[in-house]
Amino acid sequence: MANISIDTIKKIYPGGVEVIPGLSLDIAAGELCVLVGPSGCGKSTLLRMVAGLEEVTEGEIRIGGRRVNDLEPAARDISMVFQNYALYPHMSVFDNMAYGLRNRRMPKPEIRTRVDAAAGALGLEGFLDRKPRQLSGGQRQRVAMGRAIVREPAAFLFDEPLSNLDAKLRVKTRVEIRALQQRLGTTSIYVTHDQLEAMTLADKLVVMHAGRIEQVGPPLGVYERPATAFVAGFIGSPPMNFLPGEAHTTGVRLDNGVDIALPGLTGGRVDLGVRPEDLHVDPAGPVELSVRVVERLGATANVHGRLAGTDAEIIASLSGTDLPAPGDTLRLTAGAGKWHVFDAAQGIRLL
Amino acid sequence: MRTKKVTFRHRWLPYLLVAPQIAITIVFFIWPASQALYQSVLRQDAFGLRTEFVGLQNFARLFADPLYIKSFFTTIAFSAMVAGLSMLVALILAVMADRVIRRATVYRTLLIWPYAVAPAVAGVLWWFLFNPTIGIAAYALDQLGYDWNHYSSGSDAMALIVIAAAWRQVSYNFLFFLAGLQAIPRSLTEAAAIDGAGPFKRFWSIQMPLLSPTVFFLIVVNVVYAFFETFGIVHATTSGGPGNATNILVYKVWRDAFEGLNLGSSAAQSVVLMVIVIALTAIQFRYIERRVEY
Ligand SMILES: Nc1ncnc2c1ncn2[C@@H]1O[C@H](COP(=O)(O)OP(=O)(O)OP(=O)(O)O)[C@@H](O)[C@H]1O
Ligand SMILES: [Mg+2]
Repeated sequence: MANISIDTIKKIYPGGVEVIPGLSLDIAAGELCVLVGPSGCGKSTLLRMVAGLEEVTEGEIRIGGRRVNDLEPAARDISMVFQNYALYPHMSVFDNMAYGLRNRRMPKPEIRTRVDAAAGALGLEGFLDRKPRQLSGGQRQRVAMGRAIVREPAAFLFDEPLSNLDAKLRVKTRVEIRALQQRLGTTSIYVTHDQLEAMTLADKLVVMHAGRIEQVGPPLGVYERPATAFVAGFIGSPPMNFLPGEAHTTGVRLDNGVDIALPGLTGGRVDLGVRPEDLHVDPAGPVELSVRVVERLGATANVHGRLAGTDAEIIASLSGTDLPAPGDTLRLTAGAGKWHVFDAAQGIRLL
Repeated sequence: MRTKKVTFRHRWLPYLLVAPQIAITIVFFIWPASQALYQSVLRQDAFGLRTEFVGLQNFARLFADPLYIKSFFTTIAFSAMVAGLSMLVALILAVMADRVIRRATVYRTLLIWPYAVAPAVAGVLWWFLFNPTIGIAAYALDQLGYDWNHYSSGSDAMALIVIAAAWRQVSYNFLFFLAGLQAIPRSLTEAAAIDGAGPFKRFWSIQMPLLSPTVFFLIVVNVVYAFFETFGIVHATTSGGPGNATNILVYKVWRDAFEGLNLGSSAAQSVVLMVIVIALTAIQFRYIERRVEY
């Protein structure tokens, strides 16, 4: 267990591409920190710098208070689970897990004990003599996990460890990873671009965009009060609706002339955000939706359409049996505190 | 009925299309091979006036001939050294290139050059370099206190043809090694680095085992090369000398036929070589079917 502190680090790849222009992040001991963001935003780059697989251009990374910038990956006391698992194809499951221990000259009986314990925890007892290619995708994933935990490192680093699994197995493994991490209490950084995975796993959620941190916080806090329009659109599924309008001291006037009372604003162009699941039918509601498509998901239905008088796309997640049909017009509203106001130009949260 | 008619109409087209290939095979392989087989059971007198059928006598005499046995061992030593040297150098270069892969295209282009040089030219090139009176390499060795002379020293002569033959294979081996190394996912060596393996340990415990199919393939290719394609090099540098020290099998075939004028024995030697190449090819095919287990 160790805290990880990332202090104004910068990454410029050879060739001059600046991928991370200066980023700081503190992860407390025992915490599971999830980095989430769209493809290419620098999540893997950041993780690989912590692992020592990528050089840090500027700034400092400390693990357990010790500066690790110039240490070899092996000397950083971390272990990593790769997206493709990176199992050694010519070694048995046992040897895959024991490799790191042997390299550290651990006595044989202790290696045996540790590998057996890890295999037991992951349900791999019967597979220790197999080669990776004789395993299913889910089993391979667990071997990769096993290889990471036998070393009992100060920190785990995960780079999209579940993205090669099918949807069902992903949910199951996600729960297992969470349970395992809590039981071991090992500080972890987990990279994903799946916002659902991020929400369910994280103690601390870090939303990244173009090499910068957009917001850090507990997952529910980020969900309820996204700091920027980007975060608001990225976290949550289906994504938040944005209705363009003009702010006044009394509220927001949408582009179709409808007023929504929201005290505390000053003025200027804004995007009024509201989550699909926060919208509900109300004959007196301010949001008039012309229904285009209705997707029935079982428990709920996603109603897609346009804000009347504008071309802003809206999705509302409605439950119940009395669902509208395409072509209908629907009046919707959201509870107080469910409206999010962002500056239209900067995307900064105003309210 | 209809389908049959269509099949009939195109009956000669496939044959026509493969005809050039078949013609080449017949002219350059089947015909000489059958000639060699035929000659190997005949004996001509010294003037070529009389030819008689002698059965397997040519073969029996061949394997009773200490010079032939010696040539066999010379060839085995030669090909082992050529394969070993060229693969070792190529592997070192490939590992280095793999590290700085962005520059590998330049590397690759440069390293393909020797392969484009015909064996005889390569031979002459090395002959010049190592010529005891005018060669720059011989001069350098002389400066280091080694009296190089491949005209009098059998081991010097062997070293010369090994270097000349290996040089040409380095580029070929390099390409295969580099491709093999590049095919190993980078994350594997990264995982090993995190697992506490230093660069050498990583190479021996991860990259080398995963490269073993390539190594096996290249051993066969290089041995075939050393056995059969090095005539030009020997002819241009040592001519099998001094005192048969570099008289490898392919060279002996030629020398016995055209200098010794012993066609029957030479043909029998060709047949032996043919059997060896068939055996090596069979090993190769078996390997392609099964792949090396790791
Ligand atoms: N070795 C490299 N050299 C140059 N640029 C690189 C290199 N590796 C990554 N990049 C660039 O850095 C940026 C961030 O890459 P990174 O792999 O960190 O993204 P990511 O957030 O992990 O994306 P994904 O979710 O697709 O894995 C990308 O624009 C990528 O093109
Ligand atoms: Mg990535």
